[in-house]
Amino acid sequence: MSAIGVDDIEGLLGVSLYEEEGEFPVEQGYIWTTCSSVENGNPLFWDPAVAEELTGGPIAPPTMVSVWFRPHHWAPNRSTPGLPLQIHFDLKEGLGLPEAVMSDNTIVFYEPVRPGDLLRTRQVLKSVSDEKTTKLGTGRFWVIDVEYHNQRGDLVAIESYTGFGYRRAAAEEAS
Amino acid sequence: MTTPTLIHGTVEAGQELPELAYPVTATTIVLGALAARDWRPMHHDKDFAVNRNGTRDIFLNTPNLASWFERYITDWTGPFGRLQRVTFRMKGSIFPGDTMVFRGSVTETGIDATGCGWAALEITVSVDGDTKTSCTARVALPVSDDDNPWSRSGDRWTP
Repeated sequence: MSAIGVDDIEGLLGVSLYEEEGEFPVEQGYIWTTCSSVENGNPLFWDPAVAEELTGGPIAPPTMVSVWFRPHHWAPNRSTPGLPLQIHFDLKEGLGLPEAVMSDNTIVFYEPVRPGDLLRTRQVLKSVSDEKTTKLGTGRFWVIDVEYHNQRGDLVAIESYTGFGYRRAAAEEAS
Repeated sequence: MTTPTLIHGTVEAGQELPELAYPVTATTIVLGALAARDWRPMHHDKDFAVNRNGTRDIFLNTPNLASWFERYITDWTGPFGRLQRVTFRMKGSIFPGDTMVFRGSVTETGIDATGCGWAALEITVSVDGDTKTSCTARVALPVSDDDNPWSRSGDRWTP
């Protein structure tokens, strides 16, 4: 894919794009680092006996789901890092909307993610609004779903992003 | 044997979650960014944050903030609490030197068609009274001492 123009939108709604596999399996070290960063003492993540009893073995905190997809900062034989939410950038470019904000973000959780899982992701454009003017400027709202599955094909999460791509209001540009 | 610390029947709309206040340092922000594999410079490089982003300092990244909300919710529910969904609305940034304060309350409770008990929550994180991010969440809770939301999957898990 590349820039998404107005004429492309209808044909792309609901289509799976940018299917990708994570660069590495879900691992315990990052789970502990994340729990440590927010002082999360939930025994599910620290006590193997509790994890075994409640969840049938260790799991990752559900809100970590996108962590497993952020590319390494550097990797051999790669010239430019991949961009999460590539559709967002394709829309900005194709619709000529240089600025963008993410207004909200919803994550729905399904099967637990476990150390050793190798997750797959795909992006789905759900909607693009007509042009609207807000205090930021004139542009369009769009909703992008990122679906996450494990190596067994189980859905583990769907993350929905609402973005607003826009051109700044003329008065602001002049100031 | 682990027993639930919070049972669905003891929770009702209007109930407040215990407040959590946390003094944020540059280490909080850098540790959170690296834990979330977010290498973007505004989360570790003050010069970039100030001169390129126009913010007053480096600031907490959104994925790590999600981890903070999860910790806040499961501090209250205990390990049997299983997140079903969260929605975040970002309004402002959190910087070193800020004390971020999490406050939350129960807005609704229910039991779905599969028998899974849940509580809907409204949570904010604020600094000096200004809400920086608001969050609505729904978390599954055990309906009895021998119930475990984590044992649900497939058709029995409808988040």
